[in-house]
This record gives sequence, C-alpha cells and structure tokens, in this order.
Amino acid sequence: MAIISTAGLARTFRTRHGPVQAVRGIDLTVREGEILGFLGPNGAGKTTTLRMLTTLLPPTGGAATVAGCDLAKDPAGVRRACGYVAQSGGVDPQITVREELVTQGRLYRLPKAVAAERAGELARELDLTGLLDRRCGALSGGQRRRLDIAMALTHRPKVLFLDEPTTGLDPGSRAGLWELVRGLRDRYGTTVFLTTHYLDEADALADRLVIVDRGVVAAEGTPAALKLAYGGSADATLQDTFLAITGRGPAPADAAPVAV
Amino acid sequence: MLLHDTALVYGRYLRQSLRSRFALLFGVLMPLLYLLFFGPLLTGLPLGGRGSSWQVLVPGLLLQLGLFGASFAGFMIILEKGQGVVERMRVTPVSRLALLLGRVLREATVFVFQAVLLVLAAVAMGLRAPLPGVLIGFGFVALLTVSLASLSYALAMKVATPQGFGPVVNALTLPAMLLSGLMLPMTLGPRWLDVLSHLMPLRYLVDAVRDAYVGRYATAHMLYGSLVAVGLTVLSVTVGTRVFRTAGA
Ligand SMILES: Nc1ncnc2c1ncn2[C@@H]1O[C@H](COP(=O)(O)OP(=O)(O)O)[C@@H](O)[C@H]1O
Ligand SMILES: [Mg+2]
Repeated sequence: MAIISTAGLARTFRTRHGPVQAVRGIDLTVREGEILGFLGPNGAGKTTTLRMLTTLLPPTGGAATVAGCDLAKDPAGVRRACGYVAQSGGVDPQITVREELVTQGRLYRLPKAVAAERAGELARELDLTGLLDRRCGALSGGQRRRLDIAMALTHRPKVLFLDEPTTGLDPGSRAGLWELVRGLRDRYGTTVFLTTHYLDEADALADRLVIVDRGVVAAEGTPAALKLAYGGSADATLQDTFLAITGRGPAPADAAPVAV
Repeated sequence: MLLHDTALVYGRYLRQSLRSRFALLFGVLMPLLYLLFFGPLLTGLPLGGRGSSWQVLVPGLLLQLGLFGASFAGFMIILEKGQGVVERMRVTPVSRLALLLGRVLREATVFVFQAVLLVLAAVAMGLRAPLPGVLIGFGFVALLTVSLASLSYALAMKVATPQGFGPVVNALTLPAMLLSGLMLPMTLGPRWLDVLSHLMPLRYLVDAVRDAYVGRYATAHMLYGSLVAVGLTVLSVTVGTRVFRTAGA
C-alpha cells in the first residue's frame, strides 16, 4: 500500500531573474512503514518537494496524495497525517522546551491538560526530560534536533518528513538520530521520508533511495540494487553509484562527511 | 476553532511581549520625548480649534505611536521565518487566519497599553480631556494598529530579508506622519497641503480623535474618521488574510 504517491509533481518559482524550475516533475511512491532516503545534490529540489508534500507550498504542476488525502483537495487531512521537521528546525530560542511542546500540542488541538501530558511523554521518549525548563536556544545541536522531532511527533503522525536531519550534527548525535528514526518505524510503523546529501546516512538508514537531480528522479531502488545497477557491483560504494547516476558528487567537496 | 486558535497564538505572542518588558516601555519613549520637549512649545500658540494645545498634540502622538510601532511589527515574522517557526506552525492544522489575528491582536494590546501610559504622562504635563473622548482615542489606536500590523505582517511574509522590509516601511511611514498632521493641525498650513493631506487615511483618524478629546462626538470628523478606520481595518485584515492563506513562495 502506497502511503505517499506523486505524479508529475512540479514547482516553478517566479523570480525577478525569470522562472526557476526547482522541481520539474517527480513521480514516486512510498510504502507504509518505509524509511525513504530522498537523496540529491544541493539545489536538486529536495526541500521544495518536501514543502509541497507537507502543504507549505502549492505545486505548480502534478498531483500527490499523502496518507490517502489529496494534496490539493484535502490539505487539512494531509496536515493531520504528517509531521515535518525543516532543516532549520522551528522553535523560538527564547521560549522554554516545555512551552514549545505544549503550544505545539495545542496547535494540534489537544486540550490543555492532554497537551501538557503529551509534552512530558515526548520528552521521555526523546530524552529531553531534564531539559524541559531550559530555553530552546540553550540546547546543543543534537538536543535541538531531538526537540524538533518531538515537536513533529506531537500528534503521532503516520508520516514523518525530515529535511536533512543530521546536517551540522557531530558523529555521536548523528548515530543517535539514526537509532531514533529506526525506533520510530519499528515501534509505531511510522513512515519516514528523509532528505539527505550524506551518502553514508542514506546507505545506513534508508530501506529505499530516490535519487533526484535537477528536479527529476534520476534513479530509485534499494541501496544494494542501485549499487549493482549503476556502480557495477553490489560492493561498489554509494559514492561511485551516485557519481554514475548524476555525473557529479552529492555535495561540494568542502561540505561535510560524504561517505565513510 | 478560529477563536481557540486565535487565543492560542495571541497568548504565545503576548507572553513574548511580557518577557521583554524593556521593549514594552521603550516603545513609548519617542512619543514621550515629543510630549516633554515639543509639547511645551505649543502651549501659547494659536492652533485653531477648541481646547488646549495638549488636546491637539496628544491625539497626534497616540496615532504616531500606533503608526510607527505597528508598521514595523512585521520584522518579528521575518525573524521567525528564519527560525522556521512560521512553517512549523503552518504544517499544523491551525487556522491560517488565527496565525495573523493572534499576532495582530497582540500588537493592538501592546499599543493600547503604551497609549495609556502616554496619556497618563500627558495628564501629568497638563492634558485635561473628557474620559469618553480618551477612551474613543484608544479605540482608534486599536483599529489603526490592527490595520497597520496586518499590512506589515503581509508585507513581511512576502519579502525574504529585513533589508527588503525596513526601507519600504520607512519610505511609507514618514510621509504618512507628515501628511496627516499628527504634530500640528494641517489647517494651519497652505491650502494645497491641507488638500493633499486628505489623501492620507490617517488624517481622518487624527481629526476624529482631536474632536473626541474636546468632547465633540457627533461631528463630521468623527463620522469620517470612524468610517475610514473601520474601512482600513477591513481592507487590511482582508489583505493580510489572503497573504497568510496562500503564503509559501
Ligand atoms: N522560494 C524560492 N524562490 C526561488 N527559487 C527557489 C526558492 N526555493 C528554492 N529555490 C530554488 O530551487 C532550487 C531547488 O531548491 P531546494 O528545493 O531548496 O533544493 P535542495 O533542498 O535539494 O538543496 C534551487 O535552485 C533553489 O535556488
Ligand atoms: Mg534543502
């Protein structure tokens, strides 16, 4: 059963310097309970695709359904079904962790007492309990990410969208986050749609990869299948595979750990 | 749901204002300086109209407070866009209109509070005005801030950087202040300036509040002022709503 399916999903931005075709037509399906790695170089259109799938940005072409709700006809249904963590996160540094978690619960229309209870529950689950009364601005990078994810899990969404969740994290926090994502899928069956330009992350975490380049899907399949098909053998590195598919590296050389 | 969501958003931003008490008081500083150092210059001048010079100046200062304060309200949301707070709220089922109204009502609360402080200071300086008139004045401040804050938030949702926002707002507020006779009645000036100033919606609000401050409630100024204030509010909130509903480019 596909929990997400898109057909020709496209977005063109009108700018002063003319139109920018950020996403030119994405066709993909995601199965329920799958961890999908949405992989592509910077500027490939990953964030734009995610913003469309979460109702933040109206598509200029194509269609999509998320958890059975049509993106254009039932945006409210899509919002109820999905959680979204933007690359920049989404908390006010001046506000305490507790207040942000409770407010988020209230934005999802939980009654006050339930929202407070849910905040405590999420804090336990994401190892934030000791930090509830700290200001969000005073958290470390890894703690901030866990809070961002806690916020997105407030309403126990069926689908969780994560935009470059580990960019800027130290190796320990990255490993912790991978564990967390796997745990969500294993315990709650949450479908996770995550973008990354780290190949090691895609390799380690994703059940299936969709590789985008210049706003279209360039290849898709399990990491092993892609390596076999494009890298020449199942032992090929994902780096070589990626190069073969897109003709260039996933990120500029100075960008961060690319592959291990 | 709209009510629930608006109250929720309002509460969040009101707490934010209460956390920065200094900024809350700092906002009255500019009009207070006018009151202290400009007000006394007017006491002996023939300003036309009835009442003392304070009854002419204070209404202008109240609306000036709203004009400059609310016009820049959008700065806040530019910061929040950068932090991802705006999109984080927009993926929840929260009413889009509430995201605007909650914020705008916070602005109105803050500026009416500052207006009260300003009037108290003015009373200490020598202002004497009928209470109903003073309350009507606060009502106009509230409508003005709701209008301008809506427009300001709408503009801020559309621009990407503070650099694209500040200059535009500056270029609009200063002429608005000068052309609406906030400091001195336009009727003192040449005819062309008086005529020109009638193109500025704020002019009608100032005239109405000045009438209210001398206890004249059933005048043409009051009628036009109310109509313009309500019209401006409806128009601005409509524009703001439209932008908040569709924003995302
Ligand atoms: N609001 C916007 N206005 C104009 N161009 C945009 C906007 N958002 C993204 N783009 C452009 O669209 C392309 C894809 O961007 P994005 O989806 O952020 O890529 P990715 O997340 O894969 O790095 C880039 O060329 C980017 O500059
Ligand atoms: Mg991106």
